[in-house]
Amino acid sequence: MIAHAIIFYLLSSITILSSIMVISSKNTVHSVFFLILAFVNVSCLFIMIGAEFIGMILLIVYVGAVAVLFLFVVMMLEGNFVKVKQGFLQYMPFGFFIALVIFFELIIIIGSWQYKSEFIKTAKITYDAKETNTEQIGKLIYTDYFLPFQLSGIVLLVAMIGAILLTFRRRDNLKRQDILKQSSREREDSIELVDVESNKGVKVND
Amino acid sequence: MIEITLAHYLFLSAIIFTLGVFGIFVNRKNVIVILMSIELILLSVNINMVAFSVYLQNITGQIFTLFILTVAAAEAAIGLAILVVFFRNRGSIQVEDINSMKG
Repeated sequence: MIAHAIIFYLLSSITILSSIMVISSKNTVHSVFFLILAFVNVSCLFIMIGAEFIGMILLIVYVGAVAVLFLFVVMMLEGNFVKVKQGFLQYMPFGFFIALVIFFELIIIIGSWQYKSEFIKTAKITYDAKETNTEQIGKLIYTDYFLPFQLSGIVLLVAMIGAILLTFRRRDNLKRQDILKQSSREREDSIELVDVESNKGVKVND
Repeated sequence: MIEITLAHYLFLSAIIFTLGVFGIFVNRKNVIVILMSIELILLSVNINMVAFSVYLQNITGQIFTLFILTVAAAEAAIGLAILVVFFRNRGSIQVEDINSMKG
């Protein structure tokens, strides 16, 4: 139990510090790296309390895909970030006020939860599950949540098509395949039979 | 203090959520950092879901975390694609320059 506490406080403090660095570091590339650090720590937390599948998926999807995507875009669009941090102090008091209000609202919700006391007595992590976490998720996701699962696949498909469509750029003066032109070629305008005289050769057009 | 309860995880998630909202307010000039703040907010929601799922012994929360993850990935892809197109058209990604719709 004490190991759980120590690891929890370690991982969560690193997470909080790195999310502070995400929103406050001057260099956007550093922000992306701190975002990766935050995600890695949270996935360690998930693995620690027994949600291994979600932890690993978080690692694969966020650190492997989303953070690399962010890194690509930051590297592509870098260059005019000189004056980017100017408004930091200007919006600081207002943003701080709003954030404080939201934080205390959340704390009030957690603190004044109606069934909290009896809930805390019963809520304990039990590690003696018969099946592994992945088995449990798989059994539920392919039965009860089959349609939402398929729908999330469609969401990903639409996102992929949208991203490709948005960033696709048709450039001129490039040679590209024209299937109609290819398949409507006739024998007459592509093949010519010539009788070649000896010692003369053939003059080839083009 | 020693025993880690559900409330600890809820506090962690509340702190990360607040930091994400604060990041949106503070980084008014940099769209990429705003997108990263949105990712932080979604991460805090995921922490909430997983903590409740583990402490309530109900696996449904983790399945919904998967769906949130899907939507977050799609959102990041679309947002960054829009950003790239915007940069190609205008040569800048400063939020102040995004005012052609006068909204």
